[in-house]
Amino acid sequence: MSAISASEKVDGFTRKSVRKAQKQRKSQGSSQYRTQSAPVELSPLPQLKDAPSTEQQELFTQKLQQCCMLFDFFDSVTDLKSKEIKRATLNELVDYVSTNRGVLVESAYPEITDMICTNIFRTLPPSDNPDFDPEEDEPTLEASWPHIQLVYEFLLRFLENPDFQPSIAKRYIDQKFVLQLLELFDSEDPRERDFLKTILHRIYGKFLGLRAFIRKQINNIFLRFIYETEHFNGVAELLEILGSIINGFALPLKSEHKQFLMKVLIPLHTAKALSLFHAQLAYCVVQFLEKDPTLTEPVIRGLLKFWPKTCSQKEVMFLGEVEEILDVIEPTQFKKIQEPLFKQISKCVANPHFQVAERALYFWNNEYILSLIEENIDKILPIMFGSLYRISKEHWNPTIVALVYNVLKTLMEMNCTLFDELTSSYKADRQREKKKEQERDELWKNLEELRLNNTTLVQNNSHANTRNTTPEFIGLFTLKY
Amino acid sequence: AAAAAAEVGGPCRADGDDSLYPIAVLIDELRNEDVQLRLNSIKKLSTIALALGVERTRTELLPFLTDTIYDEDEVLLALAEQLGNFTMLVGGPEYVHCLLPPLESLATVEETVVRDKAVESLRKISQEHSPVDLEVHFEPLVKRLASGDWFTSRTSACGLFSVCYPRVSSTVKAEIRQHFRTLCSDDTPMVRRAAASKLGEFAKVLELDYVKSDIISLFTALASDEQDSVRLLAVEACVSIATLLPQEDLETLVMPTLRQAAEDKSWRVRYMVADKFSELQKAVGPEITKNDLVPAFQNLLKDCEAEVRAAAANKVKEFCENLPEDSREQIIMTHILPCVKELVSDTNQHVKSALASVIMGLSTILGKDNTIEHLLPLFLAQLKDECPEVRLNIISNLDCVNEVIGIRQLSQSLLPAIVELAEDAKWRVRLAIIEYMPLLAGQLGVEFFDEKLNTLCMAWLIDHVYAIREAATCNLMKLVEKFGAEWAQNTIVPKVLGMANDPNYLHRMTTLFCLKLYWLLFFENTFALSEACGQDITTKQMLPVVLKMSNDQVANVRFNVAKSLQKIGPVLDSNALQAEVKPVLEKLATDTDMDVKYFAQEAISGKVFHLLSLCKKTLNDVSRILHVRYLCINELCSSLLFTVLALA
Repeated sequence: MSAISASEKVDGFTRKSVRKAQKQRKSQGSSQYRTQSAPVELSPLPQLKDAPSTEQQELFTQKLQQCCMLFDFFDSVTDLKSKEIKRATLNELVDYVSTNRGVLVESAYPEITDMICTNIFRTLPPSDNPDFDPEEDEPTLEASWPHIQLVYEFLLRFLENPDFQPSIAKRYIDQKFVLQLLELFDSEDPRERDFLKTILHRIYGKFLGLRAFIRKQINNIFLRFIYETEHFNGVAELLEILGSIINGFALPLKSEHKQFLMKVLIPLHTAKALSLFHAQLAYCVVQFLEKDPTLTEPVIRGLLKFWPKTCSQKEVMFLGEVEEILDVIEPTQFKKIQEPLFKQISKCVANPHFQVAERALYFWNNEYILSLIEENIDKILPIMFGSLYRISKEHWNPTIVALVYNVLKTLMEMNCTLFDELTSSYKADRQREKKKEQERDELWKNLEELRLNNTTLVQNNSHANTRNTTPEFIGLFTLKY
Repeated sequence: AAAAAAEVGGPCRADGDDSLYPIAVLIDELRNEDVQLRLNSIKKLSTIALALGVERTRTELLPFLTDTIYDEDEVLLALAEQLGNFTMLVGGPEYVHCLLPPLESLATVEETVVRDKAVESLRKISQEHSPVDLEVHFEPLVKRLASGDWFTSRTSACGLFSVCYPRVSSTVKAEIRQHFRTLCSDDTPMVRRAAASKLGEFAKVLELDYVKSDIISLFTALASDEQDSVRLLAVEACVSIATLLPQEDLETLVMPTLRQAAEDKSWRVRYMVADKFSELQKAVGPEITKNDLVPAFQNLLKDCEAEVRAAAANKVKEFCENLPEDSREQIIMTHILPCVKELVSDTNQHVKSALASVIMGLSTILGKDNTIEHLLPLFLAQLKDECPEVRLNIISNLDCVNEVIGIRQLSQSLLPAIVELAEDAKWRVRLAIIEYMPLLAGQLGVEFFDEKLNTLCMAWLIDHVYAIREAATCNLMKLVEKFGAEWAQNTIVPKVLGMANDPNYLHRMTTLFCLKLYWLLFFENTFALSEACGQDITTKQMLPVVLKMSNDQVANVRFNVAKSLQKIGPVLDSNALQAEVKPVLEKLATDTDMDVKYFAQEAISGKVFHLLSLCKKTLNDVSRILHVRYLCINELCSSLLFTVLALA
């Protein structure tokens, strides 16, 4: 303890990077290991390719059973030999199902799924770092990856095998299987989530009977993420799958799908960790709008409802998404949302955070948006003018001021007369606003007095009918209006 | 919504009916474009309702609110909260049902906080419904929510069953039970979670027969749900259910499920069992505890997940305390202690630190001999643990051991542990150990303290971190309180005064802070302390040091002199005040540094200063009381001053 340098004593807060460097990279075992009694030592079986074809099937089953043995990877020195045998066997199995035809006989299905379930389905361990920040922190990696990776690989090859029969497999790859698979998406290990993504996508493609179920369960996961736990590692991966699912929706859209958009995808924007999956989320939203443009209005209104109030980074993302939407918007839809939307944009333009203001001002570099604005200049200019005019004089950041000048110039060119009118009435408008503000204050002051009077009155004659006193109060503040 | 406003606003202008005008104005306020203003208006909704009177609140305001439910969640949250306190504003319990429509819509909103608040308000106003209104208005609302399309309304319904069940007729009761059953097997996990979390509460209001017939089957089903997030909530319900059932039914109705939960494959469920262990133990009684819970607890203490072990370790003391007395010692010695011993050298520091926070409590249960033989080695091992939190937890609970075996048994190992913590690189750790110093000093006695710990306490005064210096200053005062003024005069004061000449201005300021506190402390206890250490000594010894520091070359020191003088002024006698303090302050008031000037002027203009010294002469007792207050509020209000003046 004496070896503490003076600087360390002064600054109690060691920098995060320093702390992280000290912390060794951790990997985690899974809760699952304990469920099984101590592993039996494995003995190598003969190679599948060396076995006569009549015995291959039997050997294949034996190997699958052998791979059901689980090992403790947290302890890196135990069972080294058996671990190596299992790894080699898994490799061989992967090879076997991907290169050979006719190996997927009906009796193999239960053995195969059994081996897969035993290996991959497990309760994920508690997170090592409760305030895990996926953007900053190193993920905890799955300790048993050397085996699990091969099992995933095997599952994928199994699903992709040309002989694969969904009609047989559906007895084993059922709702329960899918549910467990979906829970694994919470894994902190990105390698695992990547495999899961591809696998779930294949399952969605091959098992028509499971599609509705998969969508519903993803819904539940998202809702739990939004409203209950605010924690789920696989949101981006699930959204990526959904992006391609939405792409394939038939028209007209079912109400179930619209509900998913409005009640799940839009509220997902409120998540703290939005940056981790915003690209995928925006893609899904735009996919929906391309399918059915009439959804534009509710979507934009939804985004405006959840518009970030304190987080500038998120605001920039929202602006990005709005631009993506505007890129595909139909002019008739644009008319429906232009007012509320541009009120928000006008606030963003005036945002003291220059990245927000800049992102909003970039809209004016977009040809299509410019054409929409020009078409509706009589509506949009009055909304935007106040903010732009003020910012052109007040914003601290010179780049923003320069951008605002350009925007003002563009707008002026679109409708010169309206622009001049607004310029000349600017002062009067501000004063009107101020006056309104004062009137509000007055009103509330009067109401406040009323409340005080009323409480004293009530105290004075607590048995009196309160209704008797009411007209008097109303008289009191009607005087002002 | 717009139509409602137009209807209200429209006729008033046309008819010139003034009394109708305000609602339009108020509604305008509630619809202001700026969210913040809208929020402010909603928060003052009661004011608006008061202005409108009960009738118009019912007929105009509430319909408007019901229609405008689509808004920012923050506004809705405020609305949901307000409506819970609206009963009197709509005309009392007779009309309370008018509040149900807006709250019903709020209870279906997506955002959890809004919904929860709406449910809370609904629960609140349910109590104000008459039994008839409850059946006519409230219960239908619960039913509508329970059979809503979207999961949010069904989730909200779960929280409302228990408040109306006790006060409705038996037919309605049967319906309510049916609805609850349906929600427990809802196909969205969100609703099942809500139902599971209310299961215990609902069981409490049910008749015992129905608890046995209905609740148990629901409990068993929820406890074996496919989602661990549902199963773990059933564990919570288990406590309430077990409390309700007669002892003889527990074994068949509850225990199979509880056993299964304690060995659940998901660590979250096992964690929950560990976390609720004391409650479970009380609920199932001593016999089952002996036969079932002891082995279950052992398993939890040996769980493969550190989270579960830590939760269980936290419960070790409580569990042992609540064991049946006749077999307590035997169970602890043969079953619990071996597990505890293993936990002392656990690989996870959270587990060790959880254990360290309770392990000392075992000594009172096991008595002196067992403590010395079995526990002491564990305490000593934990005192040497590599993780400072573990050591701290042991030290902070020393008082339990002190009662049983006396702290001396530990002092040999204690000292190195304390010294190490005192020099820990993390200032929070140092801060924590400082806070235990007065306690340790009390238990170890003045001699041991002077010999071993005094140097540490003085070293903290010159720590690099302000928070530590500050804590060290307070610590010194607490020690003075414990050991008395004479001890202070001999051991502390000389060292503190010596620091006034330290080349580091931060240390010189520490002297000031110490002296200030010491003075004030001293004054508070004037009557308790012996005459020998009277005011004279403090004044003679310390005041010159403080005054001399007013010439310090660092401005921070100088303005702290002014601040200190302002504080200690009232304690000084008026001679010293006039002759010595005042000139110094006046000089500081002309300082070149603006902060020094400011604080010096503050000190001079604090009239309190003169007045109090004046009255101190004449009315010692009154002023003493006043000073004590002065210490707390720092400024006397003028009325108090007049009293003092009058008294003088």
